[in-house]
Amino acid sequence: MPDPGSAGRFGEYGGRFVPESLIPACAEVEEAFRQAWADAGFRRDLNRLLSVYAGRPTALTPAWRLSAELGVTLLLKREDLAHTGSHKINNVLGQALLAKRMGRTRLIAETGAGQHGVATATAAALLGLSATVFMGEKDMARQELNVHRMRVLGAEAVPVTSGSRTLKDATSEAMRYWVTCVDEAYYCLGSVMGPHPYPWMVREFQRVIGDEARAQCAAELPAAIPDYVVACVGGGSNAAGTFAGFADTKAQLVGVEAAGGAAIADGRVAVMHGHRSYAVQDEHGQILEAESIAAGLDYPGVGPEHAHLHDIGRARYVTVTDDEVLAAVRRLARSEGILPALESAHAVAWVIRAAEGGELPQHATVLLTLSGRGDKDTATLLEVAR
Amino acid sequence: MTATIAGTALGPHLRRRRDAGRKLLAPYLTAGVCENWTDYLRAYADNGADAIEIGLPFSEPVVDGPTVQEASHQALRRGANVRDILAELRRVRLDVPLAAMTYYHLVQRDGLGPFCANLAEAGVRGLIVPDLPLDELGALEHAAEAAEVDLVLVAAPSSTPARLRDIAQRSRGFIYAVSVMAPTGVRAELADTAGQLAARLKQSTDLPVVLGFGIATPDHAVAGARDADGVAVGSALMRAILDGDTPAQVGARVAALRDALDRAYP
Ligand SMILES: Cc1ncc(COP(=O)(O)O)c(C=O)c1O
Repeated sequence: MPDPGSAGRFGEYGGRFVPESLIPACAEVEEAFRQAWADAGFRRDLNRLLSVYAGRPTALTPAWRLSAELGVTLLLKREDLAHTGSHKINNVLGQALLAKRMGRTRLIAETGAGQHGVATATAAALLGLSATVFMGEKDMARQELNVHRMRVLGAEAVPVTSGSRTLKDATSEAMRYWVTCVDEAYYCLGSVMGPHPYPWMVREFQRVIGDEARAQCAAELPAAIPDYVVACVGGGSNAAGTFAGFADTKAQLVGVEAAGGAAIADGRVAVMHGHRSYAVQDEHGQILEAESIAAGLDYPGVGPEHAHLHDIGRARYVTVTDDEVLAAVRRLARSEGILPALESAHAVAWVIRAAEGGELPQHATVLLTLSGRGDKDTATLLEVAR
Repeated sequence: MTATIAGTALGPHLRRRRDAGRKLLAPYLTAGVCENWTDYLRAYADNGADAIEIGLPFSEPVVDGPTVQEASHQALRRGANVRDILAELRRVRLDVPLAAMTYYHLVQRDGLGPFCANLAEAGVRGLIVPDLPLDELGALEHAAEAAEVDLVLVAAPSSTPARLRDIAQRSRGFIYAVSVMAPTGVRAELADTAGQLAARLKQSTDLPVVLGFGIATPDHAVAGARDADGVAVGSALMRAILDGDTPAQVGARVAALRDALDRAYP
């Protein structure tokens, strides 16, 4: 998974489709990231924060009982153990350090499930920056706990009432706001989306998941490389970071989308939120509202690199339904004592279906990125239980 | 393709009027915002518009502030779509040139060539795509030219001098100068950046420079037109339409803008 060049292209996807007003800001972020990423000092600072603050490396836990039940070897990459409860912290620490290096004093972010918002609020507090987080009104209601966490951490959480009042509208609003304060604020995007260099930069910051998992698999598996590498896909950052560690192997890469917002399975080419990729749309090209029980996956689009990996056949994208996800949450909780985020449970649900349906060969080895923990979803689970 | 061209050409029309000493007025309307939306076009034309910008509504209007967002969503709720909008426009005959303003997603969806040809056939002879910067123009420049649609480029207060030169060179019809680092919307005062950008552009091009974003009142229009060749007015008119003003009432607002410009720049 290479450097997408100065135009930020992954095949025909990616690019920088933003208003002229934002072009200098995007170019400045690209330049700063290229320099920082080539700077051993920056990497050292980031790695130190990842280890002493975020709790990396995260564990690789064999799912002992579920593996026995399914007849496969399932290894869980435990991003749920990272500080703030999901992989989002990896990317945010990287971008917040970059923002500091660029002399910015404020972070702007969008959030769906609230995990990226919480991570941004956290990094801002750690580094002495202020944070403004845009969140759809609908998501705010169902992720109340995370909204409160952000505010306790000192961030401003701004409700977005336009459109479908979910992540796609929060993203548009964050971009509109960024235009008004480009000189002092840094836009800290939460996934492998947006204008160049964001899809690439966020993948590089999340690559740590895949690199660690590769080394851990080598110690754990006789064949060193798993047969399958599976991760859930909203915008696609935890999947992109995981895939990056295995891109040059024979492992089959599987991205799992929510059936109600499956950009790759059901979408068409779209230009939205700064890049060209796939998105779910109606017959007239209007972007549709996605629907998933996992707030972090009901985004109608997907990062451009995933569109490319799909087109060239390097990764496969599948969907699971809300019901399968809820069953997967219970199954993982009861067999392993791990309550996964609803987003992460999408990946678990596919592995269960594929193993039980005979799609996974007996004794197949599977690496699954458990992108986050389920605490934030207890209210949703409670509602479903009633 | 030339056989299908209808409507008034944008560039020559604006240049002629500008060269005759007139300050240009380009009011904006979100197509499909209400049942009788084309009546507002006639009201604009009859009350002194030099060109009319027609917004083709998109579900993710990242460049637009609350008023135009509301207008876009209202239009979409009513079922507005590009195909039907162009079909309605085909039946409207105005002697003022029309320019579509929309997002790149809708432009590229069915192919750049067909999109531009459909615009021209409906009498729309200009196209403004605010989320398509210079670097990504690619094939649209050629498709627009082939269909005789002027691809109007946008300049911003943050544009570097080198980019302004490129924008001035590659823009057709006019240059849309964004007055402020903000989304569209009514603002109390015209930003300082407005005049500076217009003046910088005027130094490097003979194309008409039209200033837009945040111009709401006759005073703003007069101030904005000082360094520019004219102004675009969007949210202020859309607010009135959303609040129920009739075409005649909105026409009177356009007439007031026209009048202020003509008095200030006789
Ligand atoms: C736990 C968790 N996993 C996954 C996602 C989806 O994001 P991405 O596809 O970028 O990893 C989110 C988004 O909020 C999340 O909170």
